[in-house]
Amino acid sequence: MLDPTLFAALGEILAPSALITTPEDTRPYECDGLTLFREQPLAVLLPDNEEQVVAILRLCHAARVPVVARGAGTGLSGGATPDKHGILLSLAKFNRILGIDPLSRSAVVQPGVRNLAISEAAALHGMFYAPDPSSQIACTIGGNVAENAGGVHCLKYGLTLHNVRRVRAVTINGDVVEFGGEALDHPGYDLLALITGSEGLLAVITEVTVKLTPKPQSARCVLAAFDDISKAGDAVAAIIGEGIIPAGLEMMDKLTISAVEPFVHAGYPLDAEAILLCESDGTTAEVAEEVDTVRSLLERCGATLIEISQSEMQRLKFWSGRKAAFPAAGRVSPDYYCMDGTIPRRSLAPVLKRIGELSKEYGLRCMNVFHAGDGNLHPLILFDANCAGDAEKTIAFGGKILELCIEAGGTITGEHGVGIEKINEMCVQFAPLELERFHAIKRAFDPEGLLNPGKAVPTLHRCAEMGRMHVHRGQLPHPELPRF
Amino acid sequence: MNDLIAAWPERIRAAAAMQTPLRIVGGGSKDFYGQELCGERFEAASYRGIVDYDPTELVITARCGTPLAEVERTLSEGRQMLAFEPPHFGPHATFGGCIAAGLSGPRRPYAGAVRDVVLGVLLLDGRGDELSFGGRVMKNVAGFDISRLVAGSLGTLGVLLEASIKCLPLPKAELTLVLELNETEAMRRFEEWSGLPLPLSASCWHANRLIVRLSGASSAIDEAKRRIGGEELHDAKTFWTGVREQQHPFFRQNAAGLWRCSVRPTAPSPDVDGDPLIEWSGALRWFNGACAGNGSGLRDWAQRHGGHATLFRGSDKTLGAFQALPPAIAALHQRIKATFDPAGIFNRHRMYPQF
Repeated sequence: MLDPTLFAALGEILAPSALITTPEDTRPYECDGLTLFREQPLAVLLPDNEEQVVAILRLCHAARVPVVARGAGTGLSGGATPDKHGILLSLAKFNRILGIDPLSRSAVVQPGVRNLAISEAAALHGMFYAPDPSSQIACTIGGNVAENAGGVHCLKYGLTLHNVRRVRAVTINGDVVEFGGEALDHPGYDLLALITGSEGLLAVITEVTVKLTPKPQSARCVLAAFDDISKAGDAVAAIIGEGIIPAGLEMMDKLTISAVEPFVHAGYPLDAEAILLCESDGTTAEVAEEVDTVRSLLERCGATLIEISQSEMQRLKFWSGRKAAFPAAGRVSPDYYCMDGTIPRRSLAPVLKRIGELSKEYGLRCMNVFHAGDGNLHPLILFDANCAGDAEKTIAFGGKILELCIEAGGTITGEHGVGIEKINEMCVQFAPLELERFHAIKRAFDPEGLLNPGKAVPTLHRCAEMGRMHVHRGQLPHPELPRF
Repeated sequence: MNDLIAAWPERIRAAAAMQTPLRIVGGGSKDFYGQELCGERFEAASYRGIVDYDPTELVITARCGTPLAEVERTLSEGRQMLAFEPPHFGPHATFGGCIAAGLSGPRRPYAGAVRDVVLGVLLLDGRGDELSFGGRVMKNVAGFDISRLVAGSLGTLGVLLEASIKCLPLPKAELTLVLELNETEAMRRFEEWSGLPLPLSASCWHANRLIVRLSGASSAIDEAKRRIGGEELHDAKTFWTGVREQQHPFFRQNAAGLWRCSVRPTAPSPDVDGDPLIEWSGALRWFNGACAGNGSGLRDWAQRHGGHATLFRGSDKTLGAFQALPPAIAALHQRIKATFDPAGIFNRHRMYPQF
């Protein structure tokens, strides 16, 4: 239960409707997009201005109560899973676009503004906000910054990191700080880079200035089918090697195609082992030139079918299958678990092959849909939570996939964040000394560890207990110690 | 650990124990930048070589002492480039120094800065610990983004052993146009172009000449040329190298110092005598020290317009090379510095006198 003194003090700051404490009312906040993990917070707070955030954080800091910030709760790694001993700070009421300046190509927005709403508002000026995570219709910019969200178009237009100019935030002790600014660089350390992707561990974001991009004149999409997934992988390398940075370069495997096609009728060939979607954007002439080059590269790589979108409707139809991949997974299986690892592009084929073998070993189907252009995999493990042992098997299978990504020289998360989901795999990706530095950075902002505790960075104790030790150049740390 | 650097951790630990400041030296090409140099020389240029480069991965990994020119040559053989177009400021510039200085050239507003392309670093910190952050892949959100924090940290967090950065294909075509315009007209053009998807890749205004570079598909360049107008500049490569390396005549008059102001691109001109040199579609303005007085006026102006002013070159840096930080941010800097370099040995005072 929330300490009565703290409750009373919060009541001084917030209207009764913005201070939720009954279990039935806090229930909707028990999880984010990662529904495997659920917790009830002591209270959910819904401030609507920065002064309230400052006052709340000061009170929680003084009372040593953990605070978990939450945007739309669409995150897939449990970054916004509540702390049962803490409060959940929802930024949902920070939903105003404060200004758009087409001359400096920027927009100032509150953290609770939806990703897509920025592009919709900027469309008036012929611009858009480039990062487009799949959840863009619902996810908020504050969460995007906290997770350094990516999307389909980030190969060409960059991640959140590349499209944010300034972040205003409140630290746990109530200091209002600004990272970055309106210029293109800033004196001192790049704290804007540090706050981006910090998963709510360093400060609570209250305002964001994003970069806007002029809308390209036209866009076309090439759809190519392959009878072998490694040929599709080679085609990806061939396109990049040719000096083309497509606006999007996505791949889907056979299981995904068979799940998606009956659902959206995107025109994907059901007999293909893999399909590639390659989008070009720019001026009409530029797009025509690039599409031609892409077509001949795909032919050379042995594509069994190549189709080029002839209209905006057809382009969107090609994409509809890719965008429906997750709902389609939900249609062919009672539950699915979305993974997110990145590997060097050259490892695509061997890693996919190994995922196929693991799928057989665990007896769980796995759909592969991913941002091929930047090597960001999204294996979707299909399971049935009502089937005893399935959820545990799924988590174990997912963990194996992530370790496979590390072995291939990649990472356990490309765009979804570590949260609580991948905290154990962090012990494999990083050595204890590196994890210690992460904790020190955390302490530099939040010495008592009150902001989003238990997320993103595992304690060394946890790593030791899990028995998951980082293997550095074939050597375990402290090889002199006995292990069993 | 590689033999070449096997002795480095011990030297760092000994220096930390004795509180002996170490001054990390690559090619020495940017010694003029920042506050005064202090401490024993720690030579890092010997640790060189390209570790991994595969054009289809769009990533290059190299050791810190690798000459920047060698990195660029290797990339151009793969028909790729460092999109942030780093200034060398001398023939001995190194890859590590380029990242530590964090300086980007003419292409920056259109293709991103150093920090935008850093994917991973191997760092030897102030405890002599070898630490790896980030990686060699495009997308990686595991752990705090320490590798980008290292970019532009002026060697204050540790010795950068190795870095992986994203590279981009060389543009298929390039064209540079010259327009005769005064400052106000040039600024108006920047504003007009900012809303359009033009393939701009560099811009420079000085002495009533606006010079812009277009890069990309030749069809897109042709279309942009029709819209922009102006005359084609033939020796464009020399011109842009001159701007990047500060060999342009404007930069030869800076005996009294050179101020670099990074501001909101639409900022109105400050009240100083003499022409500035304007880059980055208005977001970067250079002023001669002789016109800028002691620079405090420029600092106020830059701050009012969302940016900051750096005394880029100049013998008298009593005002501080870099704009002062707000107290809460300065405190964070000191705690971050202490995380990696608790004894405060690396490049002491190079960034701010406090550390």
